[in-house]
Amino acid sequence: MTTSVASVQVKTSARKQKLWAWVVFVVGALYFLLPLAATFYWSLRAEKDKLGFEAYRRLFADVNFLPAFSESIVNALAAILLSLLLIVPTAYWVTLRLPKLRPVVEFITLLPFVIPAVVLVFGLIRLYSRPPLLLTATYDSSRVVLICVYAALSFPYVFRSVDNGLRAMDVRALTEAAQSLGANWFTILFRVIFPNLRVALLSGALLTFAIVIGELTIALFMAQHTLGPYMANLTRSKVYEPSAMAIVAFALTWMALGLIQLVGRGQQGQITGGH
Amino acid sequence: MNSSIGTDTRSNNKIVGGARRPSRFQIGPWLGVLPFFIFSAMFLIGPTLILGYRSLEGTDGALTLDNYRQLTSESVLSAYGMSIRISLTTAILGGLIGFLIAWAVSIGGLPRPFRSLTTTFSGVASNFAGVPLAAAYIFTLGRVGVVTALFKLLGVDLYRSGFSLYSFLGLTLVYLYFQIPLMVLVILPALDGLKREWREAAENLGATPNQYWRDIAFPVLTPSILGTMILLFGNAFGAHATAYALTGGLFNLATLLIGQQISGDVLHNPGLGYAVAMGMVVIMALSILVYSILQRRSERWLR
Repeated sequence: MTTSVASVQVKTSARKQKLWAWVVFVVGALYFLLPLAATFYWSLRAEKDKLGFEAYRRLFADVNFLPAFSESIVNALAAILLSLLLIVPTAYWVTLRLPKLRPVVEFITLLPFVIPAVVLVFGLIRLYSRPPLLLTATYDSSRVVLICVYAALSFPYVFRSVDNGLRAMDVRALTEAAQSLGANWFTILFRVIFPNLRVALLSGALLTFAIVIGELTIALFMAQHTLGPYMANLTRSKVYEPSAMAIVAFALTWMALGLIQLVGRGQQGQITGGH
Repeated sequence: MNSSIGTDTRSNNKIVGGARRPSRFQIGPWLGVLPFFIFSAMFLIGPTLILGYRSLEGTDGALTLDNYRQLTSESVLSAYGMSIRISLTTAILGGLIGFLIAWAVSIGGLPRPFRSLTTTFSGVASNFAGVPLAAAYIFTLGRVGVVTALFKLLGVDLYRSGFSLYSFLGLTLVYLYFQIPLMVLVILPALDGLKREWREAAENLGATPNQYWRDIAFPVLTPSILGTMILLFGNAFGAHATAYALTGGLFNLATLLIGQQISGDVLHNPGLGYAVAMGMVVIMALSILVYSILQRRSERWLR
């Protein structure tokens, strides 16, 4: 008798729970989809009295858009490459031979979460905009600094995914096997470790791309003509194009993050940054 | 640069002095990690240290704490206050709502695909910040936004009745768009860590679902929830791009104040600007520290 009452109770409470779960999900979905739907709707209204893709056409036809976009893509790719070249050897040596350094390296890779972007660029300008360390004298040298800072901003993500990747394989055995076949350190890193880290490298790279591609704060104060400052300017000066731009940016982020899910199923552990 | 290589190899020799491998191999690892340290010193540590040093410099160049004393001046306090209010509000609200959503798609019993959809979308939304997010909200809740227009159709003029996207309330709504997904991403693994056996054991002992949550699940989850909320706090506190894009940099926030200070000494005291920046670093460091302590604590149960 008592057991049947209890089981009925459990059943109704399970049904009630499911109902609440649906309510939460639908309300949440509305909150998150509404701004996207509204923006998409605006992006279709650039032509009077008819819905169409005129806003997108105007955005892509803007003489400043493609240069800013391609410059941001090049910056992002350069930052990713730089970050991988710095992080992979470091994570490799820390795992294999210098475990005492691990806390220090972990601490440094977390610094981008501790130093807000606006503070970091403040310090960069103070440090590098006057002799003896004049690195921001020209547009191009500032651009190099920007790429380096983007690489540093990617440390938390890249180090974490590379470190996870290294844990997933037997670094020591691979290294000793390669050594016994006569490989030097360079060969081991680039022909053994790098290829085995493909998935980790790719997800770190894609996350970096998503964060760096539209970065505003640092590019703005370093007077760079990249996508972030371009978009901020567009939002202030045009009516319909910003909506098309926001949709494009959302699609880009979705693509990068979707690819991560695709290549690294089951891997998690990303924290966001750069707002 | 040269001297730092020198010390590295020397200390290296000290550590591995009696090791069996020839010293030619011992320099390798240190040379391998050296670029990382030089790079971090140039682009992360150096810029922060120079701000710290300058913040201790008085107008006459002598070392002083004057700049930190001036942090209590009205313009600085109000910017810090607004930043802290927005960060606290969005951390608590984002934490609660994010927790509910994570609960709904995991324990709540929604079909499996909804969970992976939610995590993928959360990954996107937590990175969909800055200018595009600000733009999306302008088209939604700005003066001519779609939702604003819908409310007008219903006879409610949002902007006449005191709402503004460019206010505390507006910025809170915008920040929640990246705060909630971050909570979902971080708290989902913790919810997964709640073992089915605990619930079954509780039920077998006659506990109601409410008792199970109050006496077992919540106590186990509390460090994770608190820790993640603190992470959210830091996430909002350091945010600059979204607020800049939304308000043109004129809103009263600590990050925007620093931005104004960079463009032109609005505080009329460069030293104070450096102190404001260092104050932010200290608050961020504290929140990350507390987060990692609480996270470690929660790992005791949720493994």
